[in-house]
Amino acid sequence: MNYYTFSGRTKNFTFALMGIGVIALLYGLFNGEISGARFWANILLEGLFFSFIALGAVFFMSLQYVAQAGWSVLVKRVYEAIGTFMPFGLLAIFIVLVASIIGGMAGHNDIVYRWMQKGVTDPSSPVYDEMVVKKSMWLNIPFVLIRTIVITSVWIYMGMVMRKRSIEMDLTNDFLPLHYKNMMTAAVYIVFFGITEQFMAWDWVMAIDYNWHSTLFGWYLFDDMWLTSVVVTILLTLYLKRKGLLQNVNSDHIHNLGLWMFALSVLWTYLWFWQFMLYWYTNIPDEVVFFQPRIDHYRWLFWIMMMVNLLFPLIGLMTRDTKRNPMFLAIIGSTIMVTHWIDAYIWVMPGSVGTGWHIGFLEIGLLAGFTGLFLFVVLSSLAKAPIQVKNHPYLEESLHHHF
Amino acid sequence: MATYIHALYNDDDRLIDGAKKVREQGFSIKEVFSPFPVHGIDKVMGLKRTRISICCFIYGCTGFSLAFWMIWYMLIKDWPIDIGGKPNFTWYHNIPSWIPVLFEATIFCSAHGMALTLLFRSWLFPGVTPKNPDPRTTDDHFLMVLPAHSEEDELKLIATANATGAVEVKKVHL
Repeated sequence: MNYYTFSGRTKNFTFALMGIGVIALLYGLFNGEISGARFWANILLEGLFFSFIALGAVFFMSLQYVAQAGWSVLVKRVYEAIGTFMPFGLLAIFIVLVASIIGGMAGHNDIVYRWMQKGVTDPSSPVYDEMVVKKSMWLNIPFVLIRTIVITSVWIYMGMVMRKRSIEMDLTNDFLPLHYKNMMTAAVYIVFFGITEQFMAWDWVMAIDYNWHSTLFGWYLFDDMWLTSVVVTILLTLYLKRKGLLQNVNSDHIHNLGLWMFALSVLWTYLWFWQFMLYWYTNIPDEVVFFQPRIDHYRWLFWIMMMVNLLFPLIGLMTRDTKRNPMFLAIIGSTIMVTHWIDAYIWVMPGSVGTGWHIGFLEIGLLAGFTGLFLFVVLSSLAKAPIQVKNHPYLEESLHHHF
Repeated sequence: MATYIHALYNDDDRLIDGAKKVREQGFSIKEVFSPFPVHGIDKVMGLKRTRISICCFIYGCTGFSLAFWMIWYMLIKDWPIDIGGKPNFTWYHNIPSWIPVLFEATIFCSAHGMALTLLFRSWLFPGVTPKNPDPRTTDDHFLMVLPAHSEEDELKLIATANATGAVEVKKVHL
């Protein structure tokens, strides 16, 4: 039994979640929300959150290739499958970009990316902003569109190529050349992704608060991608193990994944605090414009999110035993997934929706819908390939992984 | 006079295999000398879980409290200094700028404390005679020290060591 079967019951569950999402979309459509920023900001939020999981998974996969890591071969299919969600999430982000451009051209002011408003670079206009004029070398609509399309297509293409080769490796005995090809692609991908992810972080998230800029924020998002993808890998692996698959994954593999979760959570806090402390200390208007609305209007979400993301993994996963306990890992993993969604909420909302935010049916419904879509895509691609890799130079090492 | 069998391996996987076979027959392993940490050898040897993490926690707490007290005494109690206009008459108002100090001091104390504990516990000081029975274990060989209590045991241990691919087996009287 080396194949995962995407059973009808699970499928129906994902369809039900997607159904809630569709209802939320229709609700937004007929409620008049569609002309406001809240509707689009929510789609952007879900697109960011879920495509970041997929992007992190493809990055993690490349990292395993380049580092020639042996232990992770048994869970390789899991993060490969997570990576296949990439085009769907990126499409959602792209739709919001286009919607903002159209909204801006039509003269709407209540759009997600406010720097796209009509007349924002025109000194006689009431929405004129000198900051946007100064940043227009980088932040102008054609350039943003071109680089988004080019960069995301390269990401999607490289991710697909690596997965395709990996599946081909199982079908042939001459798998080493394919593995080396994948290693080369992965090395290129890591460098390319490391640079371009920064651009996309600026365009998709930082540009919402266009008066603010930070050189660290891209790395902060990078860590968020990496962490959420590892957590989803853990949750899926535990789920598959409960289903009786992936029997060769022992508690040492789980321990390694738990170590990643612990380390990346601490790194997340480090980056978060680094930014916060320096902003707090220097108190420069350009910079505090990021934290001011977040602390003033999103106070409880902001602090609770930060404390949970730090303390849950730090205290909960500090000892060896909790990293090997599936129940414990699942609880901590799902908790920090929720708080990282809140984190993503706080990236997007203050600059687009502003002070009048609330978490209602639209937020919850779209979250459910995208979760359903994500699970559907990931589980379908999981079912397409043998769940345990058959041919891999480090398979034997992974089977005997112990420490 | 105790008799020991010294089994020398040139591969860590064979060493683990040998150690497993020895333990399966009910013998104990006195010590293993290796040029690098071999993953899983502690489990095979049946060693108790290390207590150094407990030490680390205690040293960390010490460093944290020391830094906490130092900041409070130097920057609040004894001589409050206005640094960049930040509030400095109470501890909690200035907490973001104290966190790096607390962090550094915690790491400093736990790392140095652990290193010193390890050196002290393994009795590694300048001028100490090395306990290492064979200098090759500092290069590319692994040595397993097996106590033997009778002639019969000796023969069994030597046979096991040879069967698991030991490159050299020696009988040592101490």
